[in-house]
Amino acid sequence: MGFEILLGVYALVALAMGMSFYRNLGIEKDLFLGSIRATVQLIAMGFVLKWLFTLQEAENFFLVLLFMTCVAAVISGNRGRAIPNSRIIALAGIGLGSAVTFTVLYTAGVIKNEANYIIPIGGMIVGNAMNAASLAMNRLIGELEHARKRIETLLALGGSARQAGEEPARQALKAALIPTIDSMKTIGLVHLPGIMTGFLIAGGSPLEAVKFQVAVVYMIAGTAGIAGTVVVVLGVRQCFEGNLRMRLERQDG
Amino acid sequence: MGPLLTVQNLSLSFGKPVLQSVSFEVAPGGLLLILGPSGSGKSTLLRCLNRLQAPDSGAVLLNDRDTREIDVRHLRRRVGMVFQVPALLPGTVEHNMIQGPALAGKTAPRQDIEHLLTGVGLARDMLTRNAATLSIGEQQRVAFAQALANQPDVLLLDEPTSALDPTAVLTLEKLILKVNREMNRAVVMVTHNIEQALRFNTETLVLLDGRIIAKGPVQDLINNRTDATLRSFFEGRLNHEGNGDGI
Repeated sequence: MGFEILLGVYALVALAMGMSFYRNLGIEKDLFLGSIRATVQLIAMGFVLKWLFTLQEAENFFLVLLFMTCVAAVISGNRGRAIPNSRIIALAGIGLGSAVTFTVLYTAGVIKNEANYIIPIGGMIVGNAMNAASLAMNRLIGELEHARKRIETLLALGGSARQAGEEPARQALKAALIPTIDSMKTIGLVHLPGIMTGFLIAGGSPLEAVKFQVAVVYMIAGTAGIAGTVVVVLGVRQCFEGNLRMRLERQDG
Repeated sequence: MGPLLTVQNLSLSFGKPVLQSVSFEVAPGGLLLILGPSGSGKSTLLRCLNRLQAPDSGAVLLNDRDTREIDVRHLRRRVGMVFQVPALLPGTVEHNMIQGPALAGKTAPRQDIEHLLTGVGLARDMLTRNAATLSIGEQQRVAFAQALANQPDVLLLDEPTSALDPTAVLTLEKLILKVNREMNRAVVMVTHNIEQALRFNTETLVLLDGRIIAKGPVQDLINNRTDATLRSFFEGRLNHEGNGDGI
């Protein structure tokens, strides 16, 4: 594919920016910077991956995964700045969700001890954990803010922070898992999974491809479930001062 | 018999002073009004009494015991609170009324709940009604019943009538008197409305800029012609309410 085709495709981003300008949405700058950032990151990652795949020592693979987890935690934590210690909470959620899933897959032999298995699949796991953590964090703030008066009523009736924050936490977790659940429901019907398609194109047997893809789907669901739950449980706890009162900063607008 | 609630030198600042050395007492079964304009620190003061707000300094004692030494969940069952705008939980009136005991792991007997509901002037068959379908006045009564289900010693009322229409205001004022006199609960009520304070005609604290400027029966305070600050406060407020701001 030539660069002129890439420029042609970029016209779609320009179209989205034009629509944003026309409708006064104010997201033109984000779209522009986001598209440039994605291009630069992918170019850099192309070269880095090429080098990473030449690595032999397992410690190096895991250092790469640790770096990915930290970056994901910062990005996700920034989504929940109203929650005290949001980055640490994101790190706990993404770290635990990714570690559990990775360990299960690694122990089961789905992920082989090679850079070209560990790094892309690890990245996929961390990325999914980050999505679930960001959604959980973002939704938790919204739910707590929305339920502020009910929460105060429950606290004033003698409820604990856990009791008062239970319903907002439940709603936040449900919302965080909607994309994962919808994705499982529509897999093979609406979107065709990349790994399975790649296996088939490379000449692999359909059954092998399906087995690998199913493992990936379960992996994504498990990671999102663990990351979302950890973020919501720790996040709710951080939003209360013991059983005394809620300490979530008020959101403007 | 000693005071039920003792407030000692409460001070709080959010950049600027909100409460300044506020002290007062509430007797068992007493009815105390806290009167002041918007922003005078009334609601913040009330929230300090059940620890929804922490003061910078000072103390609140319940039966001579510092409330910071009492388990906060237990404290809030003894010091109930009704907010300006009721925030009922999704579900039926009954679901809302049993919340207090349920949060403490207790089951409220059905007959007690029915008795409480009729006590706040609502019919028994309303127990099965969805709380969201009630009028604001009815929701506020349910909020009273919800707080009373914990059998508190004292009820804190944060401008409980300010969201209601004039007829509902009078009905709720009767309920407040009933809670105080017949159910024998001490009541601390915040209001910005002098006419309402006059209707209760009880012990009143006047709060201005976070400082108590006067205490006593409200009619005596209005008749006080010697204190210039107090006179100016009442004259200003009465003129303000006379212009349609009050009820």
